[in-house]
Amino acid sequence: MAGPETATHGAEMGGAEILVQALIDLGVEVVFGYPGGAVLPIYDALFRHNAEAGEGAPRIRHILVRHEQAATHAAEGYARSTGRPGVVLVTSGPGATNAVTGITDALLDSIPMVVITGQVPTGLIGTDAFQEADTVGITRHCSKHNYLVKDPARLAEVVHEAFHIATSGRPGPVVIDVPKDVQVATARYALPGPISHPTYRPQIEPDPALIEQVVDMLAAAERPVFYTGGGIINAGPAASAALRELVALTGAPVTSTLMGLGALPASSPHWLGMLGMHGTYEANHAMNRADLVIAVGARFDDRVTGRLDAFSPHSRKVHVDIDRSSINKTVRIDLAVVADAGRALEAMVEIWNRRGHPRPDLSDWDAQIEGWRAKRCLDFPEDSETEIMPQRAIRALHAATRDRQPIITTEVGQHQMWAAQHIGFEEPNKWLTSGGLGTMGYGLPAAIGAQLGDPDALVIDVAGEASIQMNIQELATATQYRLPVKIFILNNEYMGMVRQWQELTYQSRYAESYSDSLPDFVALAEAYGWKGIRIETLGELDDGIRAMIDHPGPVMVDCRVSKLANCLPMIPSGAAHTDMILWANEVSGEMDDEARALV
Amino acid sequence: MHIKQEAAERHTLAVIVDNQPGILARIAGLFTARGYNIESLTVSEITEDKAVSRLTIVTSASPPVMEQIIAQLERLVPVHKVTDLTVQGAHVERELALVKVAGTGDHRIEALRLAEVYRARVVDATTASFVFEVTGGREKIDSFVELMAEVGLVEVARTGIVAIGRGAARTFHASADGGSTGRGRRPCRNTQGDQRNACVLRP
Repeated sequence: MAGPETATHGAEMGGAEILVQALIDLGVEVVFGYPGGAVLPIYDALFRHNAEAGEGAPRIRHILVRHEQAATHAAEGYARSTGRPGVVLVTSGPGATNAVTGITDALLDSIPMVVITGQVPTGLIGTDAFQEADTVGITRHCSKHNYLVKDPARLAEVVHEAFHIATSGRPGPVVIDVPKDVQVATARYALPGPISHPTYRPQIEPDPALIEQVVDMLAAAERPVFYTGGGIINAGPAASAALRELVALTGAPVTSTLMGLGALPASSPHWLGMLGMHGTYEANHAMNRADLVIAVGARFDDRVTGRLDAFSPHSRKVHVDIDRSSINKTVRIDLAVVADAGRALEAMVEIWNRRGHPRPDLSDWDAQIEGWRAKRCLDFPEDSETEIMPQRAIRALHAATRDRQPIITTEVGQHQMWAAQHIGFEEPNKWLTSGGLGTMGYGLPAAIGAQLGDPDALVIDVAGEASIQMNIQELATATQYRLPVKIFILNNEYMGMVRQWQELTYQSRYAESYSDSLPDFVALAEAYGWKGIRIETLGELDDGIRAMIDHPGPVMVDCRVSKLANCLPMIPSGAAHTDMILWANEVSGEMDDEARALV
Repeated sequence: MHIKQEAAERHTLAVIVDNQPGILARIAGLFTARGYNIESLTVSEITEDKAVSRLTIVTSASPPVMEQIIAQLERLVPVHKVTDLTVQGAHVERELALVKVAGTGDHRIEALRLAEVYRARVVDATTASFVFEVTGGREKIDSFVELMAEVGLVEVARTGIVAIGRGAARTFHASADGGSTGRGRRPCRNTQGDQRNACVLRP
């Protein structure tokens, strides 16, 4: 085979070959997908590319999922753990519509992802052709941007631009819909130059004058809190490093959203734990009493703020975000810095150091925080010698695996919140969870994507027995590619978070929240070629976890836990940060309509 | 339980966009998806090469929601610039309507007389009908249509509002899409100079 420059660039090629070559040029190594009629030319081009690629030439590894939704979550898991964009390839119609949940999930959690969908030939668009769906119409408002490419000569440019848009600014999913005739028709492929988009120009660098003001406020604050979010993870490891440096300089405590866990090590003395609905007592009280809140890469989500008019009422608020529309969306901001989270944090460190600020004396504030910590809000009752409390199971899992810095994925529900509360994350990119959309069925495919990104990592999907069934078919994908992912199911036979809300809000009328007719998870695991382990008593817990870690292949653990345990602490919907339910004062009851109407 | 509504103010926005397929659906869909109001929306190409369109959107929202509307519009990839003409200051708003009136005798004469007062032009006439073309602000057209109802109004077609700032200043510069609202995007690290603006505006 001739060198890539002569063989590919400038040559007349089919649209499908152009697409594959563009992916190669963009450094794509893994594509998650599922074939079908409208993408057959792309699959053939991929097959031929890989078959013909010379020794050491780049290939694209295609991972065949069992459902297109899983392709999108796997791409998210890959992206979130590696920092590189996830790539998805699916067919038209049902292939595209099945991908919509994952595309929306990536939009809400700002995950860089490029989804290539096949489309019926241009001449058939609009005729209700077989497997036709209006993919650009359907995904217009659940993607960061999308394209319908009708000209093969535009394909290369669109693919390069799509990657630029997906990965820069506030990252997100970009959809490219490619009609089948465009995949077959030929055009010249030229490697596009640097992307210079006429309208899309995210603001990366912070305004230095604003950073000076932030540093002024930080130096003068008596009760500062950093409220950090997923934007720091998205900004790359350097952003987490800058946060750690700034915290060391200022001594200010840090709380984080669900998406931001790991930016500051959980072992740091400045770490308050997560804030919000299932956040810690100390984090929420610190937010409530703070005189300065510096939000970085976080978006004041309703799960974080609780009742808006009672949210951090005494503080001045600084908001650093790359997305201007996040500013003043729900909470009024005193000083807004539109910039990359990492660049802004680095600039704060630089200015703090240049001015030679001494570390402020926050001893009164620290003492107050210690008082809140003393509540030990994450403690939980253990009133049986044999029954496993779910929190206990998570803590045991964390204790047994922490040395290996595992990548933890989750499904959605109580187990997700327990994992967030009881696993201490020391590094970014180790925590993959569906935060904004709250997609049950995310965890297993995300774990598969993360394992592909780092084959040697210990990857564990902390799951519930209900969520895991939403993408259970992906057990086969892990088997096929010999991915040693682990699933740790907290099996309480309930959609536990639904049951918990029914207990708090609807006098324990458990409408449809019982997980009836559960499969035998151990037998199911074995049927897919996995190892299955069942843990039923406290005495079996540590050994079961050990056996899971020690097994070189994929393992599904069915850990039977206390059926009616609730995830606490909790701020009920519509309540203030100071109105937390701790386990000690847990009550069952009824709520008024105003509270019931809140999500 | 009652669902609360916030007090809204009327704003007129000029939105400059790349004229690509689906752009109107993208903008209209943003308004429906986020629950914003659209009172009127007009769109037309404004450059010689048809690469750029200008939308005039009349919306009503509380001040915080208004700020969100602008930020959300600016976030769309094909949007060059959003200008809140209402906040920016003096501007001219015009709408064109075609008003069909049918009748005979006195009604016909009265319709013509009123049309003259409103500077409406007759663009079609039969022995039993007129079509008037009238331009003006929304209130003027509302009141003309109201009067025509008494002299044989058949139907009305309206364009929706178009608007432009008063004075010499330009809303949109192809070469310096910085944002006079102070909210515009600034260049990111990997863009270069003026090449990024392919579109050329006629003066």
